[in-house]
Amino acid sequence: MFTQELLNQSSQLRQKWEDEVKKSVAKHADQKENWTTVSDLEIKRIYGPEDIKNMDFEKDIAYPGQFPYLRGNQPTGYRGKYWTFRMFAGMGTAVETNKRWHYLLKTGQTGLSTAFDFPTLMGYDTDSPKAKGECGKCGVAIDTIEDFRDLINGIPLDKITTSMTINPPATVLWAMYCASAEQLGIPLTKIGGTIQNDMLKEFIAQKTFMCPPEPSVKLISDTVEFGTKYVPKWNTISISGYHIREAGATAVQELAFTLRDGMEYVEDAIRRKGLHVDEFAPRLSFFFNSHIDFFEEIAKLRAARRIWAKAMRDRYGSKDPRSWWMRFHTQTAGCSLTAQQPYNNVVRTATEALAAVLGGTQSLHTNSLDEVLCLPSDHAVQIALRTQQIIAEETGVVNTIDPLAGSYFVEALTNEMEEKAWEYIHKIDDMGGMIAAIDKGFPQLEISDAAYKFQQQIDAQEKVMIGVNKYVEADEKVDIPFLEIDDSVETEQLERLAAVKRKRDGRRVAETLKDLENACKRGDNVMPYCIEAVKSFATVQEICDVYREVFGEYRDPGIY
Amino acid sequence: MSVRRIRILLAKPGLDGHDRGAKVLARCFRDAGFEVIYTGCHQTPEQIAAAALQEDVDVVGLSCLSGAHKYLFPQVAKLLKDEGADDIVVIGGGIIPEQDMDALYEAGLKAIFTPGATLESLVEWINTNVTPRA
Repeated sequence: MFTQELLNQSSQLRQKWEDEVKKSVAKHADQKENWTTVSDLEIKRIYGPEDIKNMDFEKDIAYPGQFPYLRGNQPTGYRGKYWTFRMFAGMGTAVETNKRWHYLLKTGQTGLSTAFDFPTLMGYDTDSPKAKGECGKCGVAIDTIEDFRDLINGIPLDKITTSMTINPPATVLWAMYCASAEQLGIPLTKIGGTIQNDMLKEFIAQKTFMCPPEPSVKLISDTVEFGTKYVPKWNTISISGYHIREAGATAVQELAFTLRDGMEYVEDAIRRKGLHVDEFAPRLSFFFNSHIDFFEEIAKLRAARRIWAKAMRDRYGSKDPRSWWMRFHTQTAGCSLTAQQPYNNVVRTATEALAAVLGGTQSLHTNSLDEVLCLPSDHAVQIALRTQQIIAEETGVVNTIDPLAGSYFVEALTNEMEEKAWEYIHKIDDMGGMIAAIDKGFPQLEISDAAYKFQQQIDAQEKVMIGVNKYVEADEKVDIPFLEIDDSVETEQLERLAAVKRKRDGRRVAETLKDLENACKRGDNVMPYCIEAVKSFATVQEICDVYREVFGEYRDPGIY
Repeated sequence: MSVRRIRILLAKPGLDGHDRGAKVLARCFRDAGFEVIYTGCHQTPEQIAAAALQEDVDVVGLSCLSGAHKYLFPQVAKLLKDEGADDIVVIGGGIIPEQDMDALYEAGLKAIFTPGATLESLVEWINTNVTPRA
């Protein structure tokens, strides 16, 4: 990376500087002994050429659009196109969520993203006893394709891409999307979007699961295969580190577990479906967290691109650069926000969004200041979206691509992220892959360790959270507008579901469910059968019950 | 004579999977010398009440971040009361808005802990307010 002459020069200057430091420290001792990132990577007082001297410019850095894509997949960065402003939204009924979507599109959002309520996510209908009290609380309630049509009402499916965070019932909701598009006369080749269909991270972190890991991965390979053949613009999986981080993982753990999950899906699609990696890999996408430690996050995102490019080319023999590109969405860290002094969350979110942009994200959700207390209000969502617009259009950080490249610190930290992530990846390889690692409880316990340690550091004030363990306001009154989902949503949704059940052809429903069951037993791709089932107004739960029946049900082992 | 250690059942009622807080607490309570039983996610109120009785616990700690606490927490308290076990101390935590708290206390919960509560304060609360049942 540097000539020997420059390194010698640097070493001399560094010696002089170190002498100065000694004098300085004698006057002002360092404010603390250990300087670490939020996830405990040690940070040196200074970084210089010697910290990145072993890097090879062509092999390790290069330019955007060049392997290893450290600096971005595309040659033009944000000059040609900003990232997609994709705010996550979903609450109450489909009609209410549709209203929020239209509001966001009017406010300048450029892609949609759906949050489903817990019953939908877990494959239960609103009328299940397990769903009581949950309807519409944490997302939108969808029981049948009729709800789904209300959700997408007035949204041009051939122009706007929609991301659905849905996981266990991903096949069901995607089937609703495909069937609705067809019924609107839009061919499957024209629709674009993403299903968050990453089950491994559910066992590791988010805990929204239905069937055991092995059949869950099979259902994912079904969507990968179906998308490859019939829905070429759809991202058939969004491999998510976001929830891994929210569960308490460090930045390195988020990086390692997410990418190793991605590798597991690649291996399964090749092995189970006989696909060539380059047939489907260009439609894989990722989803990362952007936490509060600015440089650590930038380094993590840059490292992610480089690791994935190497893995795809060297580990899986991919020949197509589009398979080497790691394409990802980022969300600012919900767990970094505080219920105390909630307006401070605007500042946190802005910092995290800036890190995501400097890390080269292709899509971004910014959290609203009230999200730690309730579902976001229209006003809070607007500030969050404006945060992205200010970064894009006022700050000038988009003027040049990957502006931090070559920074001694950023490159050194990026390298460290990558090395430590590979250590984890190889460890999981040695265990026999991610499913085996999950069975052993390995990632779960690593994350629990990190979460517990972080909480202890907060309590001991070794890590600072303003308003929580420092600059606390006594008798603080939280005074922000509060969005509450009324319990009447549940009553309304129950009536809607009952009405659909009354008017549908029960015999047709039973037939399509039986066909699906037989397909599951034969090991066929479930997607075509799922599409027929949703068209007959089979409910989310009725379809998921088939999966549970044939594939079994996973129960939380409660590892801590 | 050795004193019986305080036994705590930590539970995640409902469909919510956000278990970071519950698991951090499980470790913290274990380190503080309590006996801890953790149910894992997705428990119905009936399962939680049955586990509390079977394990003969002194405290049931409920964690919920989905917004369904208004139904789930009182339901657990009611089921315990129906079984004549209202001496089991029920506490709750998670994303619990201020305006929901009175109703939860009325339903029988003894304390509600929200984000920002320190681990130490929780241990102290239990040591002050709970005596092991005979």
